[in-house]
Amino acid sequence: MDFFDMRWDIIWNYREMFLHGIWVTISLTICGYLGGLILGILLGLGKTSKRKWIYWPAKIYVDLFRGTPMLVQILIIHLALIPSIFGQSYGFMVSGIITLILNSGAYIAEIMRAGIESIDKGQMEAARSLGLTKNKAMIKVILPQAFRRMIPPLGNELIALLKDSSLVTVIAANDILYASKVVAGATFKIWEPYIAAAALYLILTFVLTKIITFIEKRFSNNFNPRKKNTGKKGHSQNKDEGQVAA
Amino acid sequence: MIKIKNLHKNYGNLEVLKGIDYEVKEKEVVCVIGPSGSGKSTFLRCINLLEEISDGEVFIGDVKVNDPKTDINEIRTEVGMVFQQFNLFPHMTVIDNITMAPIQVRKMAKKDAEKLALELLDKVGLQEKAYNYPEQLSGGQQQRVAIARALAMKPKVMLFDEPTSALDPEMVKEVLDVMKQLADEGMTMVIVTHEMGFAREVADRVVFMDGGYIVEEGHPEEVFGNTQNERTKSFLGKVL
Repeated sequence: MDFFDMRWDIIWNYREMFLHGIWVTISLTICGYLGGLILGILLGLGKTSKRKWIYWPAKIYVDLFRGTPMLVQILIIHLALIPSIFGQSYGFMVSGIITLILNSGAYIAEIMRAGIESIDKGQMEAARSLGLTKNKAMIKVILPQAFRRMIPPLGNELIALLKDSSLVTVIAANDILYASKVVAGATFKIWEPYIAAAALYLILTFVLTKIITFIEKRFSNNFNPRKKNTGKKGHSQNKDEGQVAA
Repeated sequence: MIKIKNLHKNYGNLEVLKGIDYEVKEKEVVCVIGPSGSGKSTFLRCINLLEEISDGEVFIGDVKVNDPKTDINEIRTEVGMVFQQFNLFPHMTVIDNITMAPIQVRKMAKKDAEKLALELLDKVGLQEKAYNYPEQLSGGQQQRVAIARALAMKPKVMLFDEPTSALDPEMVKEVLDVMKQLADEGMTMVIVTHEMGFAREVADRVVFMDGGYIVEEGHPEEVFGNTQNERTKSFLGKVL
């Protein structure tokens, strides 16, 4: 094949299809991620629970979905699970989003668990010793700190999910990769459509990485003062030196 | 105020507390001393049930702490605790650290809670740090904030778990001064400490623990000045 004889005008002719593919990929990723976030928070809390009937179902779920390929999950859900529950298929979008939610939920659960467990035990003890219930201590003390630590791995998961969403092509979802396959089939050109797909995914992940880096910088683990009210004067001289008036 | 009867605590096969009987009267300041691993901290943490009690009974006032019917959260509002590692909440400003529990647990209005917090900060000499974050404070300042945070619940008893052990030497005094002031005001306090000078000066009673038992107990002058027990003698010989 002649590498320098690329016909990029073919891609341009199919631009509608690629644009639609981008749209499908983005909606699959966003819906899957947001759903996965909710599911993951619940499962992650379940995995930190001391109650066995909460812990074990959460653990088995996470192990199941992290231990099997997403490609297999997509096929089982689209071809077997949904038809046998509802008697019909609701199309690739529904199957795709459900799979992405169920799959990313398992990964996000692990991120949650690790984030919660990374917070020093003394934080929970301090909160409980003040009379807070376990749930309140979780909401007010543990989770706000854990979420800050979870931002980087959650960002990784979002990027991984965007790329993994290309697997829904196997159930004929018309995402970016599907557009390339169609173009390749119709024009017998291989390089151009698949390079176009790779480039589009690359652009999407690049933009996402930039956004995530911004969020990381904004919220990451340092608790910078917002300079709210440091200049309060009048009440005391500088007692910084630790001289407490007896 | 605090009554402890035949308190046992095991971690699996390891028996940390082997039957403790003790009573802390109102307004009394009790210092618990002893070598590391003697069960001092565990003893203290059993009082507000941060450690589950394996056997025995702990009463605060008339309420049995380790009774399944007791609302432990309510007990804990009456028992302030100060930790070795301060355990301030790093994502909150100093004032939010202090007002959080009164607002969440006592349902105090935010304005009242902040007023109370500023009073307490004034008491520990840190009012101008109210809107700083804990990480901007020195260890001694953090520990004083932690004391203010515990006091905001208006507890009847304060428990101190080696409050100065994690501090640089020059910051120990500022924390001990706050505790001394608290003792002078009549707060009931149980203090696990290695500060023998402080124990001798401030405590009403000194308890020496070793190997999961209370080995010796008495007025500080008796324990330090006229030591009876051999183990106490050898311990004090090493630390004094």
